[in-house]
Amino acid sequence: MVGRAQQEADAVIRKLVRLVDERTASAPFLKKALRYVFPDHWSFLLGEVALYSFVLLVATGIYLTLFFDPSVATQVVYHGSYEPLRGQEMTPAYKSVVDLSLHVKAGLLIRQTHHWAADVFIAAIVLHLLRIFFTGAFRKPRDLTYYLGLTMLTFALLEGYVGYSLADDLLSGMGLAIGYSVAMSIPFVGANLAALVWGAPFPGTPAFWSRMYIAHVFIFPILIGTLLAAHLLLVALRHHTQFKRERESERTVVGIPMIPGYAPRSLGLMFAVFGVLFLLGGLVQINPVWLWGPYHVAASTNGAQPDWYLGWLIGALRLMPGFDVTVGDYTLVPNPFWGGVLVPLVVFAILFLWPWLERKATNDHGFHNLLDRPRDAPWRTAFGFALLTWVFVVFLAGSADRVYVTFGISYESQIWAYRVLVWILPLLALVVAHRVCVELQRGEEVKRLRCEVLAKRPAASRSP
Amino acid sequence: MRRLRDWLLALVVPRLGKRPPRRSPPRRRIVEGREPNERAELAATLLFLGSAASALAFPFLYAFDVHPLTQLLGLSLGLACVLLAAALIVVGRGVVVTEELAEPYPPPAHEPEQEDIAQLAEESGDSISRKRFLVLAGGAAVGSLGIALVTPAASLGPVLDMDPFFRTTWRRGRRLVDERGTPLRAGAIEEKVFYTAYPEHADREEIGSPLIVVRLDPAELKLPGERQGWAPQGIVAYSKICTHAGCAISLYRVPTFAPVEPKPALVCPCHYSTFDPAAGGSVLFGPAGRPLPQLPLMIDASGELRAGGNYSGAVGPSWWGVRNRKPTP
Amino acid sequence: MKRAALIVALLALAPTASAQPPSGAGLYAENCLSCHGANGVGVPQMGSLLRGVGAGTADFYLRTGYMPLSSPGEQPYRKRVLFDERDLQALVRYVASFGAGPPIPQPHPEQGDVSEGMQLFTEHCAGCHQVVARGGVAPGARVPALTRAAPVEIAEAVRAGPYVMPRFTNATLSDAQLNSIIRYVDYAKHPSEAGGWGIGFVGPVPEGMVTWLIAAAALVGVCTAVGRRVRG
Repeated sequence: MVGRAQQEADAVIRKLVRLVDERTASAPFLKKALRYVFPDHWSFLLGEVALYSFVLLVATGIYLTLFFDPSVATQVVYHGSYEPLRGQEMTPAYKSVVDLSLHVKAGLLIRQTHHWAADVFIAAIVLHLLRIFFTGAFRKPRDLTYYLGLTMLTFALLEGYVGYSLADDLLSGMGLAIGYSVAMSIPFVGANLAALVWGAPFPGTPAFWSRMYIAHVFIFPILIGTLLAAHLLLVALRHHTQFKRERESERTVVGIPMIPGYAPRSLGLMFAVFGVLFLLGGLVQINPVWLWGPYHVAASTNGAQPDWYLGWLIGALRLMPGFDVTVGDYTLVPNPFWGGVLVPLVVFAILFLWPWLERKATNDHGFHNLLDRPRDAPWRTAFGFALLTWVFVVFLAGSADRVYVTFGISYESQIWAYRVLVWILPLLALVVAHRVCVELQRGEEVKRLRCEVLAKRPAASRSP
Repeated sequence: MRRLRDWLLALVVPRLGKRPPRRSPPRRRIVEGREPNERAELAATLLFLGSAASALAFPFLYAFDVHPLTQLLGLSLGLACVLLAAALIVVGRGVVVTEELAEPYPPPAHEPEQEDIAQLAEESGDSISRKRFLVLAGGAAVGSLGIALVTPAASLGPVLDMDPFFRTTWRRGRRLVDERGTPLRAGAIEEKVFYTAYPEHADREEIGSPLIVVRLDPAELKLPGERQGWAPQGIVAYSKICTHAGCAISLYRVPTFAPVEPKPALVCPCHYSTFDPAAGGSVLFGPAGRPLPQLPLMIDASGELRAGGNYSGAVGPSWWGVRNRKPTP
Repeated sequence: MKRAALIVALLALAPTASAQPPSGAGLYAENCLSCHGANGVGVPQMGSLLRGVGAGTADFYLRTGYMPLSSPGEQPYRKRVLFDERDLQALVRYVASFGAGPPIPQPHPEQGDVSEGMQLFTEHCAGCHQVVARGGVAPGARVPALTRAAPVEIAEAVRAGPYVMPRFTNATLSDAQLNSIIRYVDYAKHPSEAGGWGIGFVGPVPEGMVTWLIAAAALVGVCTAVGRRVRG
């Protein structure tokens, strides 16, 4: 019986393949695609973690749109079973989120999975970006792929911010006021831009919520999805980069073929991502908007923070000393500009310009299919580590108030300390990272020479 | 029926047991062979079944509303995915063969084809006599169309009209009311207490509406020259909206023992901008670049607090023209 | 014999000496006088005026351990109370005797409404204490969480406005409204965990930590299980 079953299986597969090829003429393409090789390293999978988080975001997000009411034009009264909110006035948007969370079975699971997936999505992109940067994978011919990735990161940050602001709870409402101020702080045109987006001075017209909603459920997902497709296509067309081992070279890519080796691994990773996100979605509470209450212009709470990926911006906003740059009666640079606009602009500008800067500095305009280990490019590693340190110190400064509450270190002295550390620590990081890379390289050189001497091998047959 | 069963089995059952001898003539192998790994197959099977069991629990938990529902649903689905992941990884690393294949990278450039494309582009255009003129005209058409298509975006908001930014809900004579709509009486305002007030009969959700009202010792007041009459009996009123980034100022720091504790201050919980209510709302600490706008107060004949006019400056976060003029009703 | 009898008599007297009612004045002299002065007149740069603070304020500072303070400029914080209940009450009575002030309140949170309490708490308290009473920051002071605050302590603090906290008199918050607020603070000690582990109920900071220290760590771990590490 089993032998027959196996032959039946073969026959079914053959029938399926013939069906597809007859209708799409794609057998030659599929033959190549199914044996496409993937160089094998754990760090090459970080982009996939981001990809699968995005898939889950879209799937859970569609479910949420079936319940969410993007309306802030009226006030309604809550009459549900959650006592602390009973009788309170709130917008339909907020109420629909509370209802989904507390009164719809599986609603809270899907909502929390969606929010955890957003946090993990951006964390995975950052890890993936670090891998790309520190291994030099952004070099020609993959600079376009890199730019697409950075653009997706920008969109992902905005998408997340708009997403959690849709709930109209106290915390995210405060965050929207800050976003408005950052827009206003753009020199000359800030207020015009803010008036355009919000439709009126803050809190804006009800149409603003429609704009956020369509941006979050349609415009950004389409943009990210399209860029993602292009990003993956470029990776496939040029093939993945690889570390140099025995058979790898600039001309030869070595890896595991999609079928049968790589596909189960990849699918396994996908379900692992889903699994972690569903487990978090059910077991760890995130953004409990019913505890925060609805947003009102005159309301605020201590300890309000944006989601983690905007922590660097709240840190930058808090670190800036208090001044507006004025010329007579004209306010050239309102204060939030430095932390809210300039800091992210500078960081992203450096990231976008980096391939070009590196080409200029090293005079290396060539093609690279092989990756560097971080130690193989000491200056790139050092500058990257310094930039990372700078962003991280600013990010930590954003949590100074909770550090005060938990550990008792005075808030003002932390701020002053951070204002100094934010310049000193990156310089230190630069020097230390460069030193470590150089020392590691030297160590390898010494080991190699020692091996040679011990084996009494001539220099010509030294293995790379 | 037997054929249907066999067909289903063929689709669903993995290759259990030994491979039977092939009936078709042997072809060159594409995929490398490997020894079957029965332990891995067993592990994968168990993991698949475990995953199935966990996933099947989901509809039951849902249907019977078992508490705590969200946690159990998350466990059921999450565990199902994790076990499925483990099964697939076992299959990938232990059941199917892991081949290490070498292939050439695509060439860096396809120069002949690049040449051909460049050539076909040139040849397509070489019959045009006034190329530059035509191209410029075409560009003008497309560019103008773009401008026309973008123009309706200006309807999204008052992009060129800055008046709305200076309008507030306050005007001279408007009564101050509390959260419940009760007018504020000057006599009821005590020291060391923090009051939030709104304009009577106006929209509270405008940023110009919410006020902070506190009573200070008149001897401690250091208001700017033209505002001397703005604080009857030492009662001062400021916009509740921080001039840094628009959060509501909801902290009032007031010392019990003034000699060793910091002076009274209004603080914003977002970035800790700190304002001095005794000195016209000037900034004591934090990133705010502009003092808090003050609202003049007056006490009417029945002892109730009313606005004596509009704010000393525009409300909310700064922008290009924020210092250009004063707010209007 | 005579000496033995004398010793026994002295020993017999000793327990009865501690059975005497505690002296508020005596306790004040031992613990408070050096900073707050005789009759609570206050000492410049050392301790505030206590005349007119009332039993409610005194009871709050003493019952929480805020007072005595080790140094004048230090922010008071909840610590072990050195007095037993009788001594505490005696000291409170003595301080209250300096001048008329608010009495010890008798709140009834069970009569309050938790929803009204949430609204009032958000309006008046959340700016410092955080919307679920987890504490916060004000420049110059650490705002305590209210997870250990007893109803009487909450009522006393609201009426007194200790350290740099503003106060809320009956005219601003009636006793009925205060009952609601206390009912809400009681609720906030164990807020809803419908979504699972509450991770501190302070929002995105612990959420970010879970993202990186749990999710990202686990997924990087899975990546290392799936993919190979480069040798050398």
